[in-house]
Amino acid sequence: MSAGIDLENVCCDFGTFRAVDNANVSIRPGEFFSFLGPSGCGKTTILRMVSGFIEPTQGTIRIGGKDVKGTRPNQRPTALIFQNLALFPLMPIWENIAFGLEVRGVDKATRRRRAEELLKLVDLPDAADKMVSQLSGGQKQRVAIARALAVEPSVMLLDEPLSALDLKLRQHMRAELRAIQKRTGVTFIYITHDQGEALAMSDRVGVMSQGRIQQIADPREIYNNPVNGFVASFVGENNIFQGEIQNPSGGMARYVTPHGTFRARLGDLGGMPGKLYVRPEHTLISATPAEENSIPVTVGDVSFEGSFIAIHATSDTGAHLTAEIRNDGSATVPERGAKLYMSFAPERAAILPDANVRG
Amino acid sequence: MENLIRRYGRGLTGIFVLLVGFWLLMLVILPNFAMFEQSFRPYLPVTEIGGPRDVYSLNNYAKFFDAPVEWSLFGITLMVPVHVLSFLQTIFYSALCTVIALILSYPLAFYLAKIASPQSLPTLLLLLFIPLWVSEALRAFAWYVILTFNGPLNQLLMWLGLIDQAIRWQQGVLTNFDAIVIVMVYCYVLFMLLPIYTSIQSLDTNQIEAAEDLGAPWWRTHLRVVIPHAKPGIASGCVMVFMLSAGSLLVPTVVGSTRANWFPQTIYTWFNDSQDWQTGAAYSMIFLLLCIVFVILMLRLFRVSLSDIAK
Repeated sequence: MSAGIDLENVCCDFGTFRAVDNANVSIRPGEFFSFLGPSGCGKTTILRMVSGFIEPTQGTIRIGGKDVKGTRPNQRPTALIFQNLALFPLMPIWENIAFGLEVRGVDKATRRRRAEELLKLVDLPDAADKMVSQLSGGQKQRVAIARALAVEPSVMLLDEPLSALDLKLRQHMRAELRAIQKRTGVTFIYITHDQGEALAMSDRVGVMSQGRIQQIADPREIYNNPVNGFVASFVGENNIFQGEIQNPSGGMARYVTPHGTFRARLGDLGGMPGKLYVRPEHTLISATPAEENSIPVTVGDVSFEGSFIAIHATSDTGAHLTAEIRNDGSATVPERGAKLYMSFAPERAAILPDANVRG
Repeated sequence: MENLIRRYGRGLTGIFVLLVGFWLLMLVILPNFAMFEQSFRPYLPVTEIGGPRDVYSLNNYAKFFDAPVEWSLFGITLMVPVHVLSFLQTIFYSALCTVIALILSYPLAFYLAKIASPQSLPTLLLLLFIPLWVSEALRAFAWYVILTFNGPLNQLLMWLGLIDQAIRWQQGVLTNFDAIVIVMVYCYVLFMLLPIYTSIQSLDTNQIEAAEDLGAPWWRTHLRVVIPHAKPGIASGCVMVFMLSAGSLLVPTVVGSTRANWFPQTIYTWFNDSQDWQTGAAYSMIFLLLCIVFVILMLRLFRVSLSDIAK
């Protein structure tokens, strides 16, 4: 029922602008796959190519192993959920949901029954005869999902469907979407610029920038072992140092910067210069210098974020650093102006190239 | 009213109210009322106006049902009063003009609103509007020339080999009203195009794509998504073209055949040739009333409310 999707060397040009550059990805049947990236990175173009509204300039798209070149959207086993949902305001909810069945010539009684089943599935059992304008944002969301599920697609394509909802509802719908995906077993391709959403919901994430896929991996791998600076910065915060690599050996290297000499993991630089990236939550504070990778700093702003406390500090050499400590209720928070040391474990720091871009 | 006064002050609000009042009273209510009143009076020499014979009656309205003529429809010959026949033909062919204008306009409106590139749109709209800058009389005469026996249309068709000999368009090929219908569609098609264009333009393109994505072939997308959305525009375009066609005097006068009598021509004859303004007024009233009834019936039939059109 669910199908895998393969993109092979897919490019898409709009005039002289290359929106998607040589995308290669293999999405497994039943997988929840997210494309994550800033606006204009080409993720929506990929979605529209898979759904059939845009033909790739080059390359092949396969759905369930079949090349879909030249197949119109109405002939593809995909269902797209639009960013603004695009529900039909002049039809009652049940006709909206049953539209795909109406198109397929299913009789009215069956359509109605199926619509009501789907409304139960998305937890809106009494909405069948309401109009779209009578529903709240989250309810419309569910109707859009039900409408897409009604055609029993092999692949669901979701174009930032949660971006218009408020925070609480968004978190709730995340769980809901994930649950619906697991229950139906349909392949989901999810587009978002919200890294929290992508990491929390997906089996795998493809991070994109400037039309190129930067990294495809599971959320943990993306967060803990980003392949380049773009991915590292897009999915989280970093302390970044610029310097020179020395003595690379066994995947580790020394990194000489004006703020000190550090030891860190060496990423795949591919001949490009690299910077050193450390996550703030992997940056430790101590009153005395640590054994290695230690920097003396003066504490600046301390911001209380609820579940964690961010300590912003400046080193004696002028580097700005942030350390995050978990607010476990007993954490001692340094005062502004306090002199202390920040350090990080070598295996928690990585030397990475900037990003995989043309040029 | 309170709101208006608060926003614009007493002086300006007063001027607004006066102007609107003047427009309503002097330009709409009074002339129509004067005609309504006239329509019940007999046609008398000037000296007898206001005299003992100047009394209200329905005689002018009764003339509508005078002078029966033979009329065959589907092989059945009926005796129909000549003016009733002219009225029915006017309504029928105006409706035909409306349908043709709708069929021509809808695809074009959809193309302009959803397919044409934004760069080419101003040029396309300009091309459509240029003919409207020329007076209706000139455009009708241009078609008179095009449709003449030795005119360009016949020559083109013969050169293309589509016809063997020239056609007398003004006498009509299919009906006596061919030329009138052709020219009226040409003159009034923009009044259909623009409201439909505006209403389709306001449709979210994602809805069209959503319908297609759910498997709908193009015609079903139009039937279920685009047309329901564009319905108010379609309705106002239809009302506009119908009323303009039915009320047109110029087009049938310029291109009409001697065998085709458009109802406004009948009214014109009463006013101008017979100098019988009273009967002319009665006919105008009948025409106005029946056209309104017809339009309301059609709106009912297609389940459009007047408030939709006002949008």
